[in-house]
Amino acid sequence: MDKMIRVLVAKPGLDGHDRGAKVIARALRDAGMEVIYTGLRQTPEQIVSAAIQEDVDCVAMSILSGAHNTLLPKVAAMLKAEGADDILVIGGGVIPQEDIPGLKEKGIKEIFTPGTPTQVTIDFIKANVSGK
Amino acid sequence: MFDQKQVSVIKEAVDKHTTKIEEALVKRPERKKEFTTGSGAPVNRYYTPADVSELDYMDDLGLPGQFPFTRGVQPTMYRGQFWTMRMYAGFATAEESNKRYKFLVEQGSGGLSVAFDLPTQIGYDSDHALSEGEVGKVGVAIDSLADMEILFDGIPLDKVSTSMTINAPASVLLAMYIAVAEKQGVSSEKLRGTIQNDILKEYIARGTYIFPTEPSMRLITDIFEFCSKDVPLWNTISISGYHIREAGSTAAQEVGFTLADGIAYVEAAVKAGLNVDDFAPRLSFFFNAHNDLLEEVAKYRAARRLWARIMKERFGATSVKSMQLKFHTQTGGSTLTAQQPENNIVRVAIQTLAAVLGGTQSLHTNSKDEALALPTEDSVRVALRTQQIVAHESGVTEVVDPLAGSYYIEAKTKEIEDAAMAYIKKIDDIGGATKAIDMGYIQSEIMDASYDYQKKVEAGEIIVVGMNKYQIEEEAPKGLLRVDPSVGEMQKQKLVELRAKRDNTKVNETLMTLKKACEGTDNVMPYILEAVKAYATLGEVCGVMREVFGEYQQAVKL
Repeated sequence: MDKMIRVLVAKPGLDGHDRGAKVIARALRDAGMEVIYTGLRQTPEQIVSAAIQEDVDCVAMSILSGAHNTLLPKVAAMLKAEGADDILVIGGGVIPQEDIPGLKEKGIKEIFTPGTPTQVTIDFIKANVSGK
Repeated sequence: MFDQKQVSVIKEAVDKHTTKIEEALVKRPERKKEFTTGSGAPVNRYYTPADVSELDYMDDLGLPGQFPFTRGVQPTMYRGQFWTMRMYAGFATAEESNKRYKFLVEQGSGGLSVAFDLPTQIGYDSDHALSEGEVGKVGVAIDSLADMEILFDGIPLDKVSTSMTINAPASVLLAMYIAVAEKQGVSSEKLRGTIQNDILKEYIARGTYIFPTEPSMRLITDIFEFCSKDVPLWNTISISGYHIREAGSTAAQEVGFTLADGIAYVEAAVKAGLNVDDFAPRLSFFFNAHNDLLEEVAKYRAARRLWARIMKERFGATSVKSMQLKFHTQTGGSTLTAQQPENNIVRVAIQTLAAVLGGTQSLHTNSKDEALALPTEDSVRVALRTQQIVAHESGVTEVVDPLAGSYYIEAKTKEIEDAAMAYIKKIDDIGGATKAIDMGYIQSEIMDASYDYQKKVEAGEIIVVGMNKYQIEEEAPKGLLRVDPSVGEMQKQKLVELRAKRDNTKVNETLMTLKKACEGTDNVMPYILEAVKAYATLGEVCGVMREVFGEYQQAVKL
């Protein structure tokens, strides 16, 4: 039997736009995943520690403040330092296309920009989580 | 508005007509089984006097500028003067933003609207650990009065009206504004503008809260009281439905939840001993404009009528100004698409029309590239020109409330008023907006509506042009505005210099006195003013208040 995929939906940074995060969280849950939502204003440290404690398969971060180039790579790097780089790290929000290659180089596996159907994100997670 | 005999004749005719149409539908069905507004409310095939027969013209509509202000708060509306074209702007440093403001004033923008970065909005200095990566990104970074002096350099504060999107630390930024004006030789009685100062919608939808609900409400009533004496022309709050709608609410929820917040503020101020007619004329509102033109027009009209009745009947206001719902509008950011961004210009034009046909007092139009980044100067110009075209070329400004009397508009206005009132009743039963927020009621209602919308978009039941239909292969857009990443370092450096230069003994003294005021019951505004004048930083002032008041903990619910 397949183990249920566990996802941490997180809001790094200071912006309060959580419509996207909440929609994704519900959609992932409706797709049969276990979802933990952190709420707003999470530091990279808090996100990494929640990811490890909750033993998640995926960290999905939503950010609309423009601080993505600072905060998303930090989470990926800290997960790696903790030996938890088997956790799939993805992001979404108002993120310019030209920033995406740089983020991918730094360990963010995919970035979903405005208008992405939730099914695309669901399929991506299913296809890319490591079967722990 | 029609006599009963006439209405029954019409009803009979409609029944016959409907039967006939439905017979024909078997062969040629309509495009959809159910027709709805942009917010998902049902829409009939057509409307007749029978749908508005319960309305009484003088009681429910009245004349423009007359109770219940359904037709507008002024008798002449845009024949007198256009709405204020107020473009929300601000990014990077105070120097950069000051340049953008001067550009906007040159281009014909009638008032300033300041966007602050997130650390400023949450009361952290640029050198705070949580500010990393955020400094200057979504607005201008203001750490102290020194930044504020640069921000308004060369802008005469007795001539412009300034709107500041600031909530939890509104008291501090207003104090800085007053201090800058004083240095320009402008006394506080002459200052015109608005602070958003609407903390309840921060808990509901926008997220830049600091303190728990109770001390937050005290700060707000302190501002009401202080301004009613010292800054009489200032709009002390902008009770905002904008962000509630952006979070995914329906049009009726936008009105219902916003006015419920408004009721909570009025109740808090009355409880603090203020006379309703002393502060209510300075309350203002802020609504969204989405794409469903007619539903939006009905929404603004419904909000005006409902608020007028609430102020008169529930709070016993006697001043006409207390009953007038005046509002700012912003076109809906969440309606913009990252795909084919040029299409957004058209969306913004429709939304501009909605706001104007709905009788807005001021308007910000979004730029086409805002689903991608902060707008460039070129795209801001188009957004401002959109307003100017509607003002000068469309003709809709030549007559007051031109859609009044449309059976559909009047029926929708009534329907939104009733639906909003039902939400207000429900919130009253819970014990008021503050309680309903603490319980998560308002948040989950919005979330249900937003998820419902998303599912309909993904099922193709709602079409978003360029996004889920009529897509094309696109190259990544070029020429987006980038905020200089060194802004954070520049702000940090300025703070080091400030702390070395100012009189730190005086700073500490003013902060200690402020702390005592926070612990007691004095109005805190004069103490905050003293602290900012001594160049205490925003983070230091908010830090003192954090110590005394504590911090709000968000209830996370899915």
